[in-house]
Amino acid sequence: MPLLSVRNLQTRFATDRGTVHAVNGVSFDLEEGEILGLVGESGSGKSVTALSIMRLVPEPPGKITADAMMLEGIDLMRLDESAVRSLRGSRMAMIFQDPMRSLNPVLTIGRQITEVLRRHRKVDGAEARKRAIDLLETVGIPMAEKRLAAYPHQFSGGMRQRVMIAIALSCNPRLLIADEATTALDVTIQAQIIDLVKRLTRERGTSVIWISHDLGVVAGLCDRVNVMYAGAVVESGPIRELFRRPSHGYTLGLLGSTPRVDGTGARRLTPIEGMPPNLIDPDPLCPFLPRCRVSVEACRAGPPLPREVGTDHWAACLADLAS
Amino acid sequence: MASVAPSPRFAGSLVLAARQFPRHRAATIGLVCLLLIVLATLLAPLIAPYDPIQIKLSMKLKPPSLEHFLGTDHFGRDVFSRLLYGGRTSLTVGLLVVAFAFLFGVPLGLASGYFGGRIDNVMMRLVDAFLTFPPLLLAVAVVGLLGPELQYVTLALGIVQAPVLARMVRGSTLAVREDVYVTAARALGAGPLRIVLSHLLRNVMSPIVVQLTIVFSAAVIAEASLSFLGFGTQPPEPSWGRDMSEARRFLNDAPWMFLAPTVTIMLCVLSINFLGDGLRDAMDPRAWRTRGTIDPEEA
Repeated sequence: MPLLSVRNLQTRFATDRGTVHAVNGVSFDLEEGEILGLVGESGSGKSVTALSIMRLVPEPPGKITADAMMLEGIDLMRLDESAVRSLRGSRMAMIFQDPMRSLNPVLTIGRQITEVLRRHRKVDGAEARKRAIDLLETVGIPMAEKRLAAYPHQFSGGMRQRVMIAIALSCNPRLLIADEATTALDVTIQAQIIDLVKRLTRERGTSVIWISHDLGVVAGLCDRVNVMYAGAVVESGPIRELFRRPSHGYTLGLLGSTPRVDGTGARRLTPIEGMPPNLIDPDPLCPFLPRCRVSVEACRAGPPLPREVGTDHWAACLADLAS
Repeated sequence: MASVAPSPRFAGSLVLAARQFPRHRAATIGLVCLLLIVLATLLAPLIAPYDPIQIKLSMKLKPPSLEHFLGTDHFGRDVFSRLLYGGRTSLTVGLLVVAFAFLFGVPLGLASGYFGGRIDNVMMRLVDAFLTFPPLLLAVAVVGLLGPELQYVTLALGIVQAPVLARMVRGSTLAVREDVYVTAARALGAGPLRIVLSHLLRNVMSPIVVQLTIVFSAAVIAEASLSFLGFGTQPPEPSWGRDMSEARRFLNDAPWMFLAPTVTIMLCVLSINFLGDGLRDAMDPRAWRTRGTIDPEEA
């Protein structure tokens, strides 16, 4: 049984101009210990998918529906708010893009770590403090004991993200969602944080959903990738397979617009022309069609259904990109 | 946990804030000054050289001297003694109004700002309704309805001030609510109560403290205005505001009568403002004078 199984997840937002279909029938499985990348451009529904799994989308104006959203055999859709709350932080945790702002500026680091431990693990103050020191050491913060009394503004971005990771992993969740967790950091720190996440989650067998628009990061970290466009997963596959044989017009465009530093020859970057589609009245046809460079006749006839293009690799694209 | 002797203790945020406070010199002076004034009014029966309401017309409008070191008023009453006793009224009203505004305004504003939607709508329309009245008129109406006793004056002024505070707290809460750390806290399983108390309240505390110092000053002045209109302290009971407004008639002949309560009120308000500044800074770690970033990664 997969750790997380999402079936036909739909998240909509009621706005003055109509209903925005932010997530449109997303389905995927996440195995124990697997690191799944979620890539796509801004507004493709990556973050909303994550927030929907955490059930953190404000309802109203949001509205989440899904045929199933099973975490360790529990259907998250059937839980009430207080039941979900007891899972957040203990069975599933999330870290956010901006480490400068995801810690409360007026509370000490120690307080913010122990708060979570005391809530979910019901440990007393001394025990929580001891575990907090351990955690800070685990994520590579020196002089951890002293740092408990420090405030977030005394830490750099990289250290804050380490603290966030420590907090998120404090109760040993089975699922960790990282939403652009390294986007705000410079590349050297980014590499450190990625190594840290990789090491900690491998050690603990935590499954990870890693959201990023950076294909390079995803390539170095993930086992699988889901490529999202206009609120839907358009292609999904094991990381090497997908990079070797991109099978959706959008994935192709994404790869073509990403610079490579591994020296596979000089080449021009090709931007994806046009704008992301309007999510208020989604076209039943392929949402990428207006921007697609490889579209075929059939694309204008009907919506593309997901089809198998390789081992454990599928794409919702009608064009044959094998050639 | 075995030995934590010389290493910094894992103090709570409030303890750290309390330790920070004395570093703010103006605030410390303000606090001492205010405590002295409060103490003096509490000990009025011991300190006051004369009965504050004893009329002695032969002594009227005497300038400061050795017997009456702040002079006497138009009934020959000792200004200093009246100042001490009057402080009891003024400070009580001021502090109680602050407490009332805090107890009602803050929870109202927090709830409104955090929950939004219908709760926010209902509460804010209520607040709007109160704010449409000129504040003094509203107070006069309440006191007129209930009677001119001190507790009703306090209540009236509290009713005037609480909505102002509520609206301000709501505004600050709306801004803080959207901060990432609030979502992050929710993602870690924090419930609404914890979010509001340990995340929102702590972060909107600075503007609240500042606003409360303003509420205090406004309450002392408003009590004076009410008294002047005959709705507050009744003669011959002393109160700073009342004595001040009465002294206006003798501004040319006996300026000490006017200066004594005026300067005292000014001193109080100033002390409280300094105190508020200090509290605000003490509660905001970012304003502390620390060594800056401690960070090997950036070093």
